[in-house]
Amino acid sequence: MSTIFRWFFVAMVIGALSACATPTRDAEDAEREAERAAAEQAERERAEAEAREAEARALGRDRQFDADALDDPDSPLAERLVYFEFDRDEVQSQYMDMLEAHAAYLSQNSGARLRLEGHTDERGTREYNLGLGERRAQSVRRILTLNGASDDQIEVISYGEEMPVAFEQNEEAWAKNRRVELVYESRR
Amino acid sequence: MRRLIHWMLPAMLLLWAAQAQAVLEVTVTEGVTGAIPVAVAPFTYEGEGELDEDISQIVAANLARSGLFNVEQDDLPAAPSGPADFLAEPWADTGVEYLVVGNQRRDGDDVLVEFHVFDVLSEERLGGWRIPVPGDMLRRGAHRISDIIYEQITGDPGAFSARIAFVSVERNGEERRFALEVADSDGANPRTLFRSAKPIMSPDWSPDGRELVYVSFENRRSEVYRQNVETGSRERVASFTGINSAPAWSPDGRHLALSLSRDGAPNIYLMELETGEMRQMTQTSSIETEPVWSPDGETLYFTSDRAGAPQIYALPREGGSPRRLTFESGYAAAATVSPDGRYLVYVHGGDGGFQLARLDLNDRRVTRLTEGRDAESPSFAPNGSMIIYAMTDGGRGVLGSVSQDGQVHQRLAAREGEVREPAWSPLN
Repeated sequence: MSTIFRWFFVAMVIGALSACATPTRDAEDAEREAERAAAEQAERERAEAEAREAEARALGRDRQFDADALDDPDSPLAERLVYFEFDRDEVQSQYMDMLEAHAAYLSQNSGARLRLEGHTDERGTREYNLGLGERRAQSVRRILTLNGASDDQIEVISYGEEMPVAFEQNEEAWAKNRRVELVYESRR
Repeated sequence: MRRLIHWMLPAMLLLWAAQAQAVLEVTVTEGVTGAIPVAVAPFTYEGEGELDEDISQIVAANLARSGLFNVEQDDLPAAPSGPADFLAEPWADTGVEYLVVGNQRRDGDDVLVEFHVFDVLSEERLGGWRIPVPGDMLRRGAHRISDIIYEQITGDPGAFSARIAFVSVERNGEERRFALEVADSDGANPRTLFRSAKPIMSPDWSPDGRELVYVSFENRRSEVYRQNVETGSRERVASFTGINSAPAWSPDGRHLALSLSRDGAPNIYLMELETGEMRQMTQTSSIETEPVWSPDGETLYFTSDRAGAPQIYALPREGGSPRRLTFESGYAAAATVSPDGRYLVYVHGGDGGFQLARLDLNDRRVTRLTEGRDAESPSFAPNGSMIIYAMTDGGRGVLGSVSQDGQVHQRLAAREGEVREPAWSPLN
């Protein structure tokens, strides 16, 4: 190793040691300042996200739906099925837009009545699945009421595993059977 | 422990073909090694005309179906009909250990059936009976006679005279037809109690065997009904908001245990049948269902997923905090209790599907009883000898039956359509 390199290396080590051993007051202040800035930034972003969400929700409510919209195949109201994962009752995010549209419809048509029919696949006992089907329908009901539908517009029913739409014994069939069906009993 | 063997009984199919009325065909798919060899000689008959039913053939079929016996009925070395005809000589070489002989004669509207059970090896008569059987109840008489013979040879009471309730399903394209049926333990004498285009589930017998309680979706939601098996008269007993399900008749006949979600999530309730008075037994936001009673009526066993996954719990009938009983798997549900209160048989699930498991409540030992992937709805026979349950075979719903020790396996299939949700009646 050449002499120059050796000197350079020593200087680097000394510099590093001094930086660690004697942090200056300025450096501490700078660190605190950075933390404060990061926190403020996060807070701003959260507020903005909330505002965007509220705006989206307001937009959803402002979407005007008359009873004909239920027959419009291009309307989100045409979607009447929510599918679930095995033994789970959480509604997945891809159904939120559709459910918000139904909530808006219900809030705008106070005479409308919706039946939520909860179903499961065939795995597990029939009685337990009756409970699971109800839980799924209740999850959908919660989203609808949080978004403006009123409780007395919604009836929750569970069929458990008793009313499958697919009769094969494989994952594809089971996935089709794990569902909540939205059934309008009255439209306006 | 004795090893299981596989053996089919082609002869069984011939016997069953002769019984035109059977809705379920029963075959023994796995019996015990060293099944007891028994001969049932055809019972003679004295009287006008012919009898509508062949009692000795029904007895032979019952004993064979239990899986515990190797039954000889044809090719017998002699045709004895009473004790005087019993000579050890022609029987000793046949390998038969027990011999049943009998005769029948007309006595007014009754048929007087006399039968005897002999221990061939010791050349002893174990017992003889003379029973008047109403002429229009010969099948029922044959099942009672089977119970007596079974008990004489094994020391345990028989359950051939008990009946089985079950739900049948016929599918025609998109349309399905459901029916609640009751049949003899051999699948004969089927009777339809209730038909519906909507699902029926969870039948349970009243302790006197006169009524069934079950869940029907005829009004597009779960409701609980009770129905008299003889008269067919029917009454709705639970139709609250939400789930009305899993009825279980108390041993004293006065209460139903139910799973209701009328106050939120499904919880266990007791309903006093006479007054309709309700008592809530569990208060959770989890799924609490499938209550069953201990034989003394002091304990309720039920399924709850309060710990995250379904497990079986015990709760004193007077209330209190439930005690968890199952820890062996991620899924334990739908318990049935043995008539002596010692065992729980339940659906035990995991990655390998759903099997029946037996929990000994004395020493907490768990024994797996079945090997398939989709056992459900187990129901103990009233003598504790076997458990009937639902399963699928090639995608079709059939019933299975397994002896309490897991050794003898039977399959009960409908000629057409599917069967599920079996429930043994009490013995009476």
